[in-house]
Formats: sequence, structure tokens, C-alpha cells
Amino acid sequence: MSEFHLYMAQRLSALVMAPFVIVHIGVMIYAIQGGLSAAEILGRTQGSVFWFLFYGMFVIAVSIHAAIGLRTILGEWAGLRGRAQDGVAALIGLGLFALGAQAVWAVTA
Amino acid sequence: MPGQDHLTVTVQRGGPGAPLRPQTFEVPAYNNQTVLDVVSWIQQNADPTLTYRFACRVGMCGSCAMMVNGVPRWTCRTHVSKVLDGNAIEVGPLRNLPVIKDLAADMDPFFDKWVAAEGRHHPTRTREEEIAPVNPQAEERQAANAGIECINCSVCYSACDTVAGNPDYLGPAALQRAWTLYNDAKDADRDAILDAVSGKGGCHSCHSMGSCTAYCPNELDPLSAIAGLKRATAKRFFGGRR
Repeated sequence: MSEFHLYMAQRLSALVMAPFVIVHIGVMIYAIQGGLSAAEILGRTQGSVFWFLFYGMFVIAVSIHAAIGLRTILGEWAGLRGRAQDGVAALIGLGLFALGAQAVWAVTA
Repeated sequence: MPGQDHLTVTVQRGGPGAPLRPQTFEVPAYNNQTVLDVVSWIQQNADPTLTYRFACRVGMCGSCAMMVNGVPRWTCRTHVSKVLDGNAIEVGPLRNLPVIKDLAADMDPFFDKWVAAEGRHHPTRTREEEIAPVNPQAEERQAANAGIECINCSVCYSACDTVAGNPDYLGPAALQRAWTLYNDAKDADRDAILDAVSGKGGCHSCHSMGSCTAYCPNELDPLSAIAGLKRATAKRFFGGRR
């Protein structure tokens, strides 16, 4: 993948994330107004295709976006170059995806 | 002891074999003198081994840029009174470039990147053909005009923190040059320009911090030129044209 394609992937993933962030924060603030237990949350999210897709796509976008951004920081601040830079960034992206996917599966499956 | 009739001038000296070390000189103060005047006074009256570079002395050639109190400036057009810190100034070689000796920075990486950014003209006609008229009112001509007064002084390159962190980055001057050619009605290969600025260290490495525009002595705006290149490459990606 060229620098330009990484640049586009990061911008497009940001575009995807923006509405997710707003809905995520908005729903959190709205949902806890009357007090909400974990059981009530899980009651709404488990088995929900909508929340699975919502947070599933959110996690994918975050993994792409953060890994590309951190790749730049690894280059400019940590001095990593070439394969080391790409490899560490890819591991970060895969790690974020694994953690996020596990969480999404836990609350929506 | 120096009075108000003298300036305390600290010069960073050294080169590839010797790390930079400061050396302080007492230089006569005049009402009207530039930083280049001060450096020249040191070389002519205090230490003839001091190495520095200048040519035109009127802000046209881009040879005399140095760090002055930690900021890149064209020294021939920088009045001492404007930058004096107390009664002292510190002068050093340009940042982000190798040092040849003392105040003379090696400009090779800077100009190599002009070439790497495809900063050369791709003709639309041969010399046997008529000269194509250029419409000075055209929007793209205005965009090109905004950047063509660059004097290659490398002040923007030295001011750029992205260059400092990423040695591959082409830098503001080279990318602004690419942008002026991209907007030149007489340039025949705009795709080559966009290809050149889309690779490793290309315009997409810019973090839009804007030091180039803030420090350009000719008050040019490389930041906007780089933003233009980013837009042009993105539009090409989606199949559009400008």
C-alpha cells in the first residue's frame, strides 16, 4: 500500500467514524439518564443485528484509522523505518481489531 | 565590557567533523544594520575563518538564510533591531540540513527534493512552434502565480517540523514548486507531478502545522499549495479532474 492509499484510508475511515462517534456518545448520554444496569444494556444489545453492525464497523474503522496514525508517529517520533514501522503499525491495528471485535461479540452475540 | 555601542553575537561554529559549538563576539552596534552585516563584520574584522554564504544582499538570491535566535530568516533582509534579544543575538546554520562549515548549510538535500517532486517543466510545445498565450486571469494561473516568487532560500524547509521528524519528506518549497507547475497551463504532464508528490515523503506527509507559511520571508503560502496538492490527488483518486 502506498503512502497515498494509507492517507486516503485514514481520511475515509475518519469519515465513517464521525457519525459513529456522535451516535455512540449521544446514545450513552441518553440511555443512562434514568439509571441503567448491565443486564438491561445486554438485554437490548444481545441478538441485535443493528448494534452488531454498528459497533462492528466502528471497530474496523478505528483499527484502520488508529494504526495509520500511529504508523506516522512511530516514524517521526520513534524513528522506525520500513518494515519495522509497517510491522508494528499492523500489529497495533490487528490488536485493536481483536480487542474491539471481542467486545462487540460479547455484547451483541 | 560591552555597552550599548556593542552587540553580543553568539555564532554556532563547526562542521561534519566537529559538532557545533558556540563562539561569542562583540560587534559594533549601528542604528541600521542587518544580521548579515553583523556576520560579515565578524568575518572581516574578528575571525577570517568564519564560513557563511551570501550573494545578492537584497533578498533575491536565497543564499544567506540562517537560524537567528532559533528562527530561520533571510539574514540580508533581517534588521538586527528587529531580532535583538536584550543586547544579544545567536546565529547558527539552517536547521534540517547538513552543515558544511559554521553558518554554511549543505543545500543538496533541499534541491534534490525539488527534483524528486518533479519540479521541472514538461513542455507542451517544441521551440519551433508558436508561443502559447497564457491567460493571466485564469484561476489556475492565479494559483501558480501565488507560489512562483520562491527564492529557494530553504527557510520553510528549516522551519518545518515534519522535515525534522521525517527525512524523506520533500518539504514545503519543493511541493509548492510542484503545485505551481501543476497549475501551469503550459505543463504537459500533470499526472507525473501528482505521482511524484504521492509517494513516500510526498505531500500527504504534511501535518499542516503551517511553519512554512509563517516563516516564508517572501510571504508565500506553501501550506495552501500543499493542501492544493492533497485535494488534487484525492480528486484524481475518485476519478475527477480538479
